[in-house]
Amino acid sequence: MSLLEIKNLTVEFETSSGLFRAVDGVSLSCDKGEILSIVGESGSGKSVSMLAVMGLLPWTAKITADRMAFDGKDLLKMSPRQRRKIIGKDIAMIFQEPMSSLNPCFTVGYQLGETLRFHMGLGRAARRQRSIELLRLVGIPAPEDRLSNYPHQMSGGMSQRVMIAMALACNPKLLIADEPTTALDVTIQAQILDLLVRLQKEHGMALVLITHDMGVVAETAERVQVQYAGQKVEEQPVKELFRDPHHPYTAALLSSLPERATVGGRLPSIPGVVPGQHDRPTGCLFSPRCTFATDLCRRSVTLQPPSLGSALCNYPLVGGVPQNHPGKTAALAEERA
Amino acid sequence: MLRFILGRLAVLIPTFVGVSIIAFSFIRLLPGDPVMLMSGERVMSPERHAELMHQLGLDRPLYIQYFDYLGGLVTGDFGSSIVTKRPVLVDFMQLFPATLELSLCAIILAICLGIPAGVLAAVKRGSWLDQTVMGAALVGYSMPIFWWGLLLIIFFSGYLGWTPVSGRISLMYFFPPVTGFMLIDSLLSGQAGAFKSALTYLILPTIVLATIPLAVIARQTRSAMLEVLGEDYVRTARSKGLSPFRIVGIHALRNAMIPVITTIGLQVGVLLAGAILTETIFSWPGIGKWMVDSVFKRDYAVVQGGLMLIAGIIMLVNLVVDLTYGLVNPRIRH
Ligand SMILES: Nc1ncnc2c1ncn2[C@@H]1O[C@H](COP(=O)(O)OP(=O)(O)OP(=O)(O)O)[C@@H](O)[C@H]1O
Ligand code: SF4
Ligand SMILES: [Mg+2]
Repeated sequence: MSLLEIKNLTVEFETSSGLFRAVDGVSLSCDKGEILSIVGESGSGKSVSMLAVMGLLPWTAKITADRMAFDGKDLLKMSPRQRRKIIGKDIAMIFQEPMSSLNPCFTVGYQLGETLRFHMGLGRAARRQRSIELLRLVGIPAPEDRLSNYPHQMSGGMSQRVMIAMALACNPKLLIADEPTTALDVTIQAQILDLLVRLQKEHGMALVLITHDMGVVAETAERVQVQYAGQKVEEQPVKELFRDPHHPYTAALLSSLPERATVGGRLPSIPGVVPGQHDRPTGCLFSPRCTFATDLCRRSVTLQPPSLGSALCNYPLVGGVPQNHPGKTAALAEERA
Repeated sequence: MLRFILGRLAVLIPTFVGVSIIAFSFIRLLPGDPVMLMSGERVMSPERHAELMHQLGLDRPLYIQYFDYLGGLVTGDFGSSIVTKRPVLVDFMQLFPATLELSLCAIILAICLGIPAGVLAAVKRGSWLDQTVMGAALVGYSMPIFWWGLLLIIFFSGYLGWTPVSGRISLMYFFPPVTGFMLIDSLLSGQAGAFKSALTYLILPTIVLATIPLAVIARQTRSAMLEVLGEDYVRTARSKGLSPFRIVGIHALRNAMIPVITTIGLQVGVLLAGAILTETIFSWPGIGKWMVDSVFKRDYAVVQGGLMLIAGIIMLVNLVVDLTYGLVNPRIRH
């Protein structure tokens, strides 16, 4: 049984111009001790789907799902009080912006101690001891002195380490890391990623790593889920995904990796942007940007079997070749007709 | 910290000079002079008038009078009343506790109601509760103090007969002032019913004086809370599984208090200005009423000395607020 299991999650926001579907029928599962990576460009609903798991979305969000279970317990059927017993203890999350994620008015020690006090019932001395231990674990030098620091006295990398320490405080079974390195310097990025993976191994926790960087995926993840415009478009183990991507969007993401960009001598990037609230196409959401798009794609899209990475595509790629595709010329002819 | 305080004090010097010039000239711009007003209805010969003005030193050139006044201020001499001849400082010290008691009660009421109201309105944004609080704040803010005071008197004193109309305590009670605070002194006196009496006299003026600060604090708290509730660190606090009470009351409120404290500090001026009207309406024997009476008597010395003392208090309180601000906001402290 998987630790986190989501079936057909949809999140809609009430906006001034009507409902906006930020997550559209996403399913996901993550086993104990596994690293699952969610990739996709900005705006593809990665954060929103995980915030839904944590129950951290604002009240404007409408969440529906066939199932959203953690450790066999249905999160959607719990009372807020029951859910708060799990959040911060068994599921923890770290965020993209470490500098603004710590409360500027409280010391590191206070913020670290809070979860220890409310979830574990530790006394003052035990909290202090555990906090020092946690800070040491995440590689912060002189942890005793750091406890009395305020967030503005720390760098971004240091803040993210504190955030990680805070997330690990109660030995969570699942850690959700939402682009934990995007806001940091390149040199610090690698350190923080190494730290996360090391801690994940040592503690045997599951890790959901959100990123838009395929390079990060290659280095860390075991399984990858690709999201586009709120939909899951492909899911594969990391090796297979890199060797043989089945969805044209995945293929495009991969070919935009610097080390693969030598072909043709320039860095290919995917033209166009993720559709928003007002320019959502019918059929395949990727069709306006896809080189293989046909009329059929603009009308409807088929979900492929798991053997083809559950790709949400009419012509899944195998070895870079779209299957059953009518061919460029035929597609164009069809368009003119 | 010492440098911070010294820096603030240095800024105060030009302010101090500015206020002294305004206080000095404002009262002299009003038509009439103290001698004329003291003589009242009686007709006074121009010679007698000039003689009295000379005795008071008011016939000297204005700049000499001003430097005389400024020189006094620098040496801590606030002058003596033209009418009663008593030192301004002595009268001030005697009357100030009454104003302080009223202002403290008003600001405490404003804080104790305004902050929770603002927090609730922010948390329940858009609800009927929010709309009620904000509507009430708008009405309270735009209410003319004089009219509002009279309205309360008519209803609670006149119609219901619950509260007295003027003074600080019933004439039935008499005891020597110890602290100058009627609530405390009445308790110390040990006289049965004295405290309750003082309370009934205090309640309406307190409400009247608290109204504007209450409205301002509630609105400022709401907007600060709304901003803070959207911050990343509030999301972090929620991700820890903390109770909503802790998230709002500790994580968010602590940050929202930073601008609110500044606002509260700014209310000191509003309070003292409001005290002038409130004390006049309720015949509350404080410095506000004293100032108004002195203006009517053209008691130059009391007005210019008293205004300086009031300005000094406002500046002092603002300094204290700045220091408190540092206590709440660690980014300033370090
Ligand atoms: N509170 C909200 N109200 C309305 N729309 C929202 C809200 N939060 C997110 N969205 C929208 O939902 C979509 C998905 O956002 P999300 O933050 O999940 O993207 P993401 O994949 O995490 O991207 P990024 O890489 O930029 O973090 C975006 O178009 C965003 O504008
Ligand atoms: S369905 Fe068509 S448009 Fe969409 S990704 Fe597949 S080939 Fe491209
Ligand atoms: Mg995101």
